[in-house]
Amino acid sequence: MAKVTGQFEFSSDLHAENMLWGATLRSPHPYARIANIDLSAAYKISGVEAIITAEDVPGKKTYGLISSDQPVFASDFVRYMGEPIAAVAADHPETCRRALAAIKIDYEVLQPVTDAELALSPSTKPIHPDGNLIRHQRIIAGDQNLQGEVVVEGVYEVGMQDQAFLGLEAALAMPDPGGTGVEMWVATQWLHEDRKQIAACLGLAESKVRLTLSGVGGAFGAREDISLQVHCALLALRTSRPIKMQYGREESFFGHVHRHPAKIYIRHHASRTGVLQRIEAKMYFDGGAYASTSSAVLINGVTHIQGPYKCSNATVDGYAVRTNNPPCGAMRGFGVVQACYAHESQMDKLAQACNLSPVEIRLINAMQTGDKLITGQVVESVAPVARCIRETDAIAMPAPLALDADPLELVGGTGLTSLPENIVRGVGWGVSIKNLMYSESFDDFAVARCQLSDGVATLKYATVEVGQGFVVLAPQIARTILGVDEVVLDTVDTGIGSAGSTSASRQTWMSGGAVDGACRLVRQRLFEHVGAKFNIDPMRLVVEDTDIVDMIGDFRISVIEASTGVVIDETFEHHHRPTEELDANGQGNCHVAFAFVAHRAVVDVDVELGLVKVIQIATAQDVGRVLNPVAALGQIEGGIAQGLGLAIMEEIVLENGKMRNPSFTDYLLPTALDAPKVVAVMIEEPEPQAPLGAKGIGEPPCISVTPAIAAAIRDATGKELPRVPIRPQDICL
Amino acid sequence: MSVVVPRTLTDALRAMAANPSALLLQGGTDLMVEINFNHRKPVDVIALRKIHELRAVKIDGETISIGAGLPYQEMESGQIAELVPALGQAARTVGSPQIRAAGSLGGNLGTCSPAGDGLPVLSALDAMINLRSANASRNVSIHEFMVGVKRNAKQPGEIIVSATVPIVRGWQGFAKVGVRNAMVISVASCCLVVDRTKGSIAVALGAVGPTVIRCRQAEQWLSTNVDLKQDAMIGAKLAKEFGERVANEARPIDDHRGTAEYRRHAVATLASRLLQRSGAR
Amino acid sequence: MSIDNEIYSLTVNGELHQVKDAWIGESLLYVLRERLGLPGAKGACEQGECGSCTVIIDGQAVCSCLVMAATAIDSEITTVESLAEKYGLTAVQDAFITEGGVQCGFCTPGLIVAIEHLLNKNAEPSELEIKEAISGNICRCTGYGRIFEAVTTAVATRKATQS
Repeated sequence: MAKVTGQFEFSSDLHAENMLWGATLRSPHPYARIANIDLSAAYKISGVEAIITAEDVPGKKTYGLISSDQPVFASDFVRYMGEPIAAVAADHPETCRRALAAIKIDYEVLQPVTDAELALSPSTKPIHPDGNLIRHQRIIAGDQNLQGEVVVEGVYEVGMQDQAFLGLEAALAMPDPGGTGVEMWVATQWLHEDRKQIAACLGLAESKVRLTLSGVGGAFGAREDISLQVHCALLALRTSRPIKMQYGREESFFGHVHRHPAKIYIRHHASRTGVLQRIEAKMYFDGGAYASTSSAVLINGVTHIQGPYKCSNATVDGYAVRTNNPPCGAMRGFGVVQACYAHESQMDKLAQACNLSPVEIRLINAMQTGDKLITGQVVESVAPVARCIRETDAIAMPAPLALDADPLELVGGTGLTSLPENIVRGVGWGVSIKNLMYSESFDDFAVARCQLSDGVATLKYATVEVGQGFVVLAPQIARTILGVDEVVLDTVDTGIGSAGSTSASRQTWMSGGAVDGACRLVRQRLFEHVGAKFNIDPMRLVVEDTDIVDMIGDFRISVIEASTGVVIDETFEHHHRPTEELDANGQGNCHVAFAFVAHRAVVDVDVELGLVKVIQIATAQDVGRVLNPVAALGQIEGGIAQGLGLAIMEEIVLENGKMRNPSFTDYLLPTALDAPKVVAVMIEEPEPQAPLGAKGIGEPPCISVTPAIAAAIRDATGKELPRVPIRPQDICL
Repeated sequence: MSVVVPRTLTDALRAMAANPSALLLQGGTDLMVEINFNHRKPVDVIALRKIHELRAVKIDGETISIGAGLPYQEMESGQIAELVPALGQAARTVGSPQIRAAGSLGGNLGTCSPAGDGLPVLSALDAMINLRSANASRNVSIHEFMVGVKRNAKQPGEIIVSATVPIVRGWQGFAKVGVRNAMVISVASCCLVVDRTKGSIAVALGAVGPTVIRCRQAEQWLSTNVDLKQDAMIGAKLAKEFGERVANEARPIDDHRGTAEYRRHAVATLASRLLQRSGAR
Repeated sequence: MSIDNEIYSLTVNGELHQVKDAWIGESLLYVLRERLGLPGAKGACEQGECGSCTVIIDGQAVCSCLVMAATAIDSEITTVESLAEKYGLTAVQDAFITEGGVQCGFCTPGLIVAIEHLLNKNAEPSELEIKEAISGNICRCTGYGRIFEAVTTAVATRKATQS
């Protein structure tokens, strides 16, 4: 409720008495050697309290989610445009800006490496001590020589997308007296991982770094990596004063990781009847200057390249590569978005070659539960791929464009570029498979604690709410299991075990499972308490609405009464089943579970001007179980809008490693007038593995909608369009 | 350092005379972005938002004079949109409703970006720009006012007071290409005005050159091929050639918003379509 | 304060606030949030491209990031904080909650101000009028579907309570 009145506190709203502002100096060059740093002029500016550089990092000088390869501050080389070199603390944001402008850095500018394939060439010098190859993974499955009766191939590219959450990076750090520790309020996706990395860089024990979640204005993967956390904590410890740091939009584009640009060479072999037989693919993911989660993104990319289709034979080589482009890491869809754009574009080519419709080719090849993936893993999840396609196909098409339509309904909107006679309608399909939760033997878990007393349940967990709706789901679980009306949510902080990251469509399953487990333990203890008090076998007790009742007799007591004067406190740690690493041939049970979705896009295209308006997205998504219908629909519509963005407008434009559009004027996000009508069907086939039967629903909506829109534009224009986002000139020139 | 918020034009001009280097702030939609993005450090500011004279609209039969501070939202519908439809259409494409509540022709003229949405309309209508200083008033043709990329003929101490355009008998329209269906900066735009009384046509292009471009040669070519005093259907072939001739006069560049080649193609298409619309019944 | 020494007064939500020691370049958004303790308007782009900072000035919905605060003297400024003060949630706010119009919530205050402004001018907007009216308010989470639904609901509620 506080979110609609303006009272909800986001991290940018944090404030402390006597606080200073922190700001970061960033490199204007994608690649350069730092010859000298001169802080003297900046120190002379009145109001400047501290300036720190790499020399001032007391602990580990680098950080990183998977490999610790990213400097807290660059000291010898800067490897991407926007890399931090120094941070200042001052009395006003404007003083900070003046101080940053007064820091003199001598650079020896170097030629940046900006092409992922070239970066791997033996003649290209490594731009980092760890080398230019972040990871290579091969998948070798089945017959390596099979040639299909029908062979289609293509080279597909995906541009760099930004998460573009609205709530900019911000944090407040409060130093402990004597500088022995620090307390931080921050918007992140994973408090405990942040703490681990911050503490290491500060040279402090983790117990000396306490993190509390501040309001998160969206995340979409971009808050998994550290951004300003270490800088802010260091400045607080240095000045012994509270420090607030807050990025502007431009800095935010430089300050967080993006979706990997990718280039995918791919060949599909099939029978004349359209049965997929073999996939060959070479995939390059441009990780930018530092590793972040590139190696995990790569694994998702290569293991999802077959799409939601049966295929036994595959030859896949995937490379995550270091370049002097901005670092890339997690974004909603995590490596699968790129793979899906390639495999779905290929499925349409295959359909054409076999004279089948897009729906037919996909139904012929649709994966089912029990099928074996190219990694050798058997799909144990519920896998209603064919049903997703059929139910999407059954959704009514939108009405044809009316000749007297309002300009706002036409391509170009108020720009009045296009009349109905200039517009061609197209239809396209996309279907996808997405792994849920973390993969490759990572022991992923979430902890939750439930305390019941006087009819009130209090839940404590470190699960980050980014807008996905866990703050609604958790109390709903507690109410259902415990029969309580009142559920209190304790502060989300590092005062309890980790909940893992709010990412990978995992929190409903993982933290939902933990809350479910903790509440069940509490209920058991409550039954035992009531059983002992009233001499009833606890096994006979159940919760009915807000009462505890005897299944056999007529005993009934309200939960409030039953829990009056007692305190029951239980903590539960939920783990998903273990997964395995992939071997050298890419074989292994590396994923936990999968979800599926189909999208059908209807677009209007002004073919001559290359302008596009997405009219309708029909979708049927495999959700396991719907726990909150409105929230589920919101996730679906929101994901679709992001996939639409990638299809036709969202791209960080890079020129020789330099970002050309780090602002909302030029990095375009879909507006209310770009949003299509979404018609969604949720397919409920409860997932036996999932604690609540529900699959994560956050990522699938944004994955296959991009290729569906691309296919619809191809349908309208006849162009191949091998790259997204599709720009006007790609269509009409 | 100072901020002055004068109530009258006279007070504003006096303040300007006292401090000719002061920054003039109209709606803020350009200047505040520069300040927020650390590209400009304001020292002295004269804010024009409280001056009613700058929002005045005056009609004298043949011309309409629009105050430089009149927000675009006032032009989207009503009298201005009826009398100068192309301006109404251009106004509606400016930014968002919030921007249109603040932004004005004075801002577009002052910033003088080739992508300013109001400028092609002023150019196609041969607008006269009224500039005033403490002791002088002068009228400058829009064509002389726009000097180059973000450069104009305004002198220190001058304030842009109004733009005056003729009320033309004949079809007029504006079209703008952007990659999004709302709130987008122009990749290319075109304004076309047919003057049935004079039998002439005017075409001006936005975002395809250092400043707004008037396509005199294409205009000339068309007026020698078509009797513009009469309503007439325009054939597709003629329209296409007209578009190509218009595009030949564009001087677009490649940037992150679009390629020069696309911009040239876009203005050809827009000009051709607008011409056909001018003849449609 | 090393920056500047501007002193001026702003009328926000009917109250006069004095601003001291301000830097001339401060936007109204900054002053509301950092000096007047009114953080309801949010900053997400600093250039009028997202609408998160929408406030009402003299009856117009504008982006407060593009208003130089020191020039907003003698204006009536209304922020999201004033909406629910007297009678609890407005119909628009209520509908945002029930229809799922809120996810991360960062765009919400600006959107609500823009929608209240729309409905005060036009009590029964068409679907296209709604879309155009909020086309300057970017939402990154919802894809707008639940927001359109919320506005539709709010329009109906307002109509029902007025008749």
